[in-house]
Amino acid sequence: MQIDPVENAEVNAAVQLNTGRGVGIRVRSVSKSYAEREVLKTLDVEIAAGEFVAIVGRSGCGKSTLLRLIAGLENPSHGKIGFAVRGDAAESKPEIRIMFQDSRLLPWKRVLNNVGLGLPRASTASIRALAQVGLEDRASEWPAVLSGGQRQRVALARALVHDPELLLLDEPLGALDALTRIEMQQLIESLWKERGFTAVLVTHDVQEAIALADRVLLIEDGEITLDERISLPRPRARGNLAFAQLEERILARVLKHPAPQLDSALGDISLQRTVSQVGWAI
Amino acid sequence: MSAIITTADSAADQDTQQSQWLQAGVVQKKASRTAAIWKERLLPWLLPVALILGWEFAAKVGWLSSRILPEPWAVARAAWSLALSGELWTHVRISAWRAISGFAVGGGLGLLLGLLTGTFKQAEILLDTSIQMIRNIPALALIPLVILWFGIDESSKLFLVSIGVFFPVYLNTFHGIRSVDKGLVEMARSYGLSGWPLYRDVILPGALPSILVGVRFALGLVWVLLIVAETISAQADIGYMTMNAREFLQTDVVLVGILLYALLGKLADILARLLERYWLRWHPGYQ
Repeated sequence: MQIDPVENAEVNAAVQLNTGRGVGIRVRSVSKSYAEREVLKTLDVEIAAGEFVAIVGRSGCGKSTLLRLIAGLENPSHGKIGFAVRGDAAESKPEIRIMFQDSRLLPWKRVLNNVGLGLPRASTASIRALAQVGLEDRASEWPAVLSGGQRQRVALARALVHDPELLLLDEPLGALDALTRIEMQQLIESLWKERGFTAVLVTHDVQEAIALADRVLLIEDGEITLDERISLPRPRARGNLAFAQLEERILARVLKHPAPQLDSALGDISLQRTVSQVGWAI
Repeated sequence: MSAIITTADSAADQDTQQSQWLQAGVVQKKASRTAAIWKERLLPWLLPVALILGWEFAAKVGWLSSRILPEPWAVARAAWSLALSGELWTHVRISAWRAISGFAVGGGLGLLLGLLTGTFKQAEILLDTSIQMIRNIPALALIPLVILWFGIDESSKLFLVSIGVFFPVYLNTFHGIRSVDKGLVEMARSYGLSGWPLYRDVILPGALPSILVGVRFALGLVWVLLIVAETISAQADIGYMTMNAREFLQTDVVLVGILLYALLGKLADILARLLERYWLRWHPGYQ
């Protein structure tokens, strides 16, 4: 990635001012049913402005549905989702951007025009956003020639070019290889720290959730059964003991296993099961 | 000392030898690649050329009567004399104009109606069934009716060509609009696009591959319909030229007419392909 001294200075100034661009979310008694099936049952959760929240759970538990309800792509069957801009009591529709699991780039537009989607005219904001994700030299290419990781980076640039107050991420790194995933996680975290928007990340990867989030919510059978605050200092090292223990605990909770004994030298041997005995969380 | 010089020499020799081998290898590769390209370009023409040569031979030897199938050289001569006299261009111009206008009317209507029924569900419910019913009537079976309605002048021919062109374009446009990736539409909506910008940036480009398939198909159909339409009392076009030649047993001119149709059809197809290659240059399948 290119280092732009002017931009760095701007960013540092913004950080010192500490005016994060976040919006609080209030989910009040929200439930959602599709035909006869109730996917979400009376959820109540509050997310503070500028917070990074991760939602984990098995597939089909309703985490993506909750994200789509917050995004406004669908309407709840009951209940209400409200937003509160920081420092402002009035509830209005904030600037929300979503990152999907597939990058959903328009294949008939070049990368630069994809990033500038929704902007009035081709502006320097698009090229700056591309520079932030390190792809400014691919600005004039067709999306079809990019790799999966590059496409997701373009999608991230596209989401951020509008300077959103709320960024919703629906398993955006699920289709990427492990190394690209780690780099993307670091990129998302750095951009979040820089701009201070509220971020809600839906993921099945508990390690990713703990690495990025301030708070982890677990949804099981349409209800929030775990709301854990992660107070590890940033940047978070995966090999760190507290990190690993937290990860094991939450993973065991997701897979419904008993928590490991902290003194056991081998860790939780109950986790060492054969394939047929493990319930897959994906 | 001499030993060192010798080894140095031989090393230099080896270097030049190696670079010579490499160069030879590169040259050889280039040569074999050029040969492969020429093979690829020339081989498809091997069969047609062989057929034409065989045809010429058969005509010269006498196996083929010149009334039934004149030799290729006679056809070429007839084409040349028609071109010199200016007749050929008149006929070609009129036929081409008819093809273009028929395609414009039929294709334009098909595109519009396809966009309408593809975009609005109510329009589909209202119009689609009727259009499907009319589609199953072969256009050529309508000729007696068309003559009764429009007479035997220009409008009857225009109508026939248009109605034939309408259906492929309509069907493919409808299908194209319906098969736009819903995920892309959802993404664009969430990014604030709606109405005309959404249509222009997401739905129309997404439908374009399908629409172009319809256009290419319709272009092929235009010539088939034109040939038949021009047999309805033509006055000055390729059909007239062919019919006239048939009356006078000028089989070579008949063949010129047929070949002209084929040539014009091929030109139209090349044009459509160029359009496709430009408009769909982002598509991995067309790169």
